[in-house]
Amino acid sequence: MSAEAISENSAKSDFWDGVRLSMPVVVASAPFALLFGALAVDNGFSVLEAFLMSATVFGGASQMVGIELFGQHVAPWLIVLSIFAVNFRHVLYSAGIGRRIAHWPLIQQAIGYFVLTDPQFAMAERKAEAGETVGFTWYMGLGLPVYVFWVIESALGAMFGKLIPDTHVLGIDFLLPIYFLGLVMSFRKRPLWLPVVIASAAASIIAYKTVGSPWHVSIGALAGVLLAVILPPRHSGVETRP
Amino acid sequence: MSTTLWIIVAASIATYLTRIGGHLVISRFDHIHPRVEAGLSAVPAAVLTTLVAPAALSAGPAEWAALIVAGLVSLRGGLMAMFLAGAAVLILARQLVG
Repeated sequence: MSAEAISENSAKSDFWDGVRLSMPVVVASAPFALLFGALAVDNGFSVLEAFLMSATVFGGASQMVGIELFGQHVAPWLIVLSIFAVNFRHVLYSAGIGRRIAHWPLIQQAIGYFVLTDPQFAMAERKAEAGETVGFTWYMGLGLPVYVFWVIESALGAMFGKLIPDTHVLGIDFLLPIYFLGLVMSFRKRPLWLPVVIASAAASIIAYKTVGSPWHVSIGALAGVLLAVILPPRHSGVETRP
Repeated sequence: MSTTLWIIVAASIATYLTRIGGHLVISRFDHIHPRVEAGLSAVPAAVLTTLVAPAALSAGPAEWAALIVAGLVSLRGGLMAMFLAGAAVLILARQLVG
């Protein structure tokens, strides 16, 4: 086999490795995409607008919040600000992942940041933690199915939303917290994992009860990150890293 | 352009800014302080926890059972096994406790 064919094969398998990892994400987010589409039309969006929002914003929770406020005839700038607030946690993601994908060409980085969702970030961090290079092909193998299904299912939800069955009996309203717990657990080998989890859990719950959603996400996250910054570096294990 | 369209365009720009903003700030520094690096390493656990904790607190026995089983499975199995086990327990438990 020529070297070219080998590298082409490995690029292919990288892509499919990513696709395989994307499957739980596709399953867990499907009900929310359908639900978003249905709610969007309920709240006065057209099918095309629901499709467009999913294709350009690509952030489930923030889209739900936006559509809810739109239905309540809240001022447009406040809707946009709320969407920004819900998505604010991505600032931390992009700060963290920059060092993993700095070797990509700029245009690939620009695309990579566009699909930087919660699972996308978590999977890329896991790969980097395992000592593997986060390549563009693998990254898009993971991100592309999630994106494509999200957009198509949003449109389907918008068109056929009235047919959606009882989501509570099927348990789909709680699939994402289960999935996110799995992601949290997958980082348990990291230094300071338990203190960070405790700090973030406590802060997010307190913020949820006092300040309210969606700020509890950013406040809780900052509490965990600050704890890691404040504790002496010998606890966080950064100097021992190669 | 309609108001809806403006909202969508502005929201997509605002969202992209959050997805690239942290990188734009961090990449201005040549050297990353160990404490900042420790903070960045804490990001996954810190953010993802906030997506679970309040939801878990305001949930009921069926959801707690699902989270506990999923948490236990994740100690041994992969992400998919954990997810399927949690979903199965959730659906079963909701049939029982409603």
